[in-house]
Amino acid sequence: MISIWFFIGISLAVNGALILAAGIYQLVNPPANPGVVLFHLHANVWWGAALLVFGLAYCLKFAPKRIS
Amino acid sequence: MILLLATDVPARLVRLSPIDIVIVVFYFALVLSIGWYLKGRANTGEDFFMAGREMTAWVAGLSFLSANLGALELMGWAGSAYQYGILATHWYWIGAIPAMLFLALVMMPFYYISKTHSVPGYLQLRFGEPSRALSAISFAFMTVLMSGVNMFAMAKVMQIVLGWDINFSIWVSSLTVAIYVTLGGLRSAIFNEVLQFFLIWAGALLIPILGLYEAGGWTNLKLQIAQRASSEYVHLWSGLGSFSTNPMGINWVGIVFGLGAIISMGYWTTDFLVVQRILAAKDIRSAEMAPIIGAAFKMFVPIIVILPGLIGLAVLPEKLVPESVATVTGGHSYNDVLPLMLARYCGPGLLGLGVTALIAGFMSGMAGNVSAFTTVWTYDIYRPFFNSKASDHHYVNMGRWTTVIGVLISVGTAYLVMQFASIMDYVQALFSFFIAPLFGTVVLGMLWKRATGPGGFWGLLCGTLSSISMWAWVKVDPTALRYVALSPQAKGLAQDMFQALWSFVVCVIVTVVVSLATKPLPDAALTGLVYGLTEVPSVGNIPLYQKPLFWAAVVTVVFFVLNIIFW
Repeated sequence: MISIWFFIGISLAVNGALILAAGIYQLVNPPANPGVVLFHLHANVWWGAALLVFGLAYCLKFAPKRIS
Repeated sequence: MILLLATDVPARLVRLSPIDIVIVVFYFALVLSIGWYLKGRANTGEDFFMAGREMTAWVAGLSFLSANLGALELMGWAGSAYQYGILATHWYWIGAIPAMLFLALVMMPFYYISKTHSVPGYLQLRFGEPSRALSAISFAFMTVLMSGVNMFAMAKVMQIVLGWDINFSIWVSSLTVAIYVTLGGLRSAIFNEVLQFFLIWAGALLIPILGLYEAGGWTNLKLQIAQRASSEYVHLWSGLGSFSTNPMGINWVGIVFGLGAIISMGYWTTDFLVVQRILAAKDIRSAEMAPIIGAAFKMFVPIIVILPGLIGLAVLPEKLVPESVATVTGGHSYNDVLPLMLARYCGPGLLGLGVTALIAGFMSGMAGNVSAFTTVWTYDIYRPFFNSKASDHHYVNMGRWTTVIGVLISVGTAYLVMQFASIMDYVQALFSFFIAPLFGTVVLGMLWKRATGPGGFWGLLCGTLSSISMWAWVKVDPTALRYVALSPQAKGLAQDMFQALWSFVVCVIVTVVVSLATKPLPDAALTGLVYGLTEVPSVGNIPLYQKPLFWAAVVTVVFFVLNIIFW
């Protein structure tokens, strides 16, 4: 049976990758009006990266073949 | 679906970008995939209703917490933090931690070794059918109604925050929950709740991090709150000496005895919605550890709920107002503080994750309601009163149909609330009537062997009726609050605390008096159900750091330290 932690890893990794991609796009193409406070911190870059790393770690650790 | 999601309403607080919509859609796809994957593992009653009783302590513990971590809870308490300051944290600390530890160390062994399927099931074993019937019918009825009320409230929030159509929000969320719970039963609900727990933290944790950065740290935040509101807003206990020295209009007696000793005990130890998650644990140690793990995480939920409200108080340029005022003026209410903070800090992608966290919170709460309703209906109403000799397969099918019907009743309730908004207040009030007396009945049943069946039944009934009477009294004559809460300066929240306290007292007194006047049950009939007549199973010969008692002590120490730090 696939571990619940594997599903969580997938969720965090995919969300992290999407958020990181959006952050990098904004980093390369800064919008004229960012619309958020503290835009210069580029939170979506580092938060997306953190979720991606965390999610991938879970995916690797709880991958179905390893559980079995 | 994307076109539907993009439906435009001018009043929306935030606007989702395409990447945000992809994140939301991915969430729905994942929860449905989990339900589909688990559909082959819900063929027996134990599988469908109890998740096979094979959950680890971590899964059961996070699910136990997640079932309570609904979107309305997140937004409501963030709004309360804006309105009342750090006092709202009491609902997460003294209003939860002692009760969770009490459940783990005192009550869980009895629930677990009795192998009951539900809290009403325990009442049947301890007090007989009348108590079970009263508890099961009231719980089942109120659970689906509450689910509908929450569904409508969430759809309304989605309309205000995102501009989504109310009908779309109601049907998409309810059908998704219906599909994955019908397919995979409690196991599917629990898996998705754990997933939702992570999404809620991933989506909400950034707000306090960036908020504290903007405010210049905790010390500067406190100074700004003191300037914009009052220094009382950042003290947990020092203003509770009197009803008039804190923004909530309550005193320490109400918080400690009403909230900490009765309401939270009632909710966390007898509300089957949360207790069901623990009953699915794989062994006695996991069953004891699960609420302790839940308590450990519960202590830190204020970081993503209370802190955003406090930060909003300091940094938001506009002054938020009560819902009634916001409706008239068109401004933002206290309850909007979390979405406002989300929009303030979260750009593309992060906004989608934040919105997903809100949707996940709502759906986990609804799945909890539906799975608990299904179990109580099937095992505590249908089987004993309508069809006691059917096969296990029949009851599983009944569970699947009940899931669908429960969701449809919830949807119907949501539309009813849409037509008659005042129903919402009545349903929420009704739910609170049963909590405190039920705790009195269950705890007396577990700790006092002299309590009898008639004592349990009449105590539960009289306690519930006393709660309804006090509520009706204050509804008809608002000045009666001074008698219920014992102070002319008491405000609304104090009523809930003292109403619970008195209804508990009534339940206990009636149970004791009736029990002493009726024939005691023989000890043999109480084995496995009552302290003193039950050999509580050991967690085994394990190292200290694996023992539930050790971790309960650690959580207790942290709990006291946190209360002292924010005194």
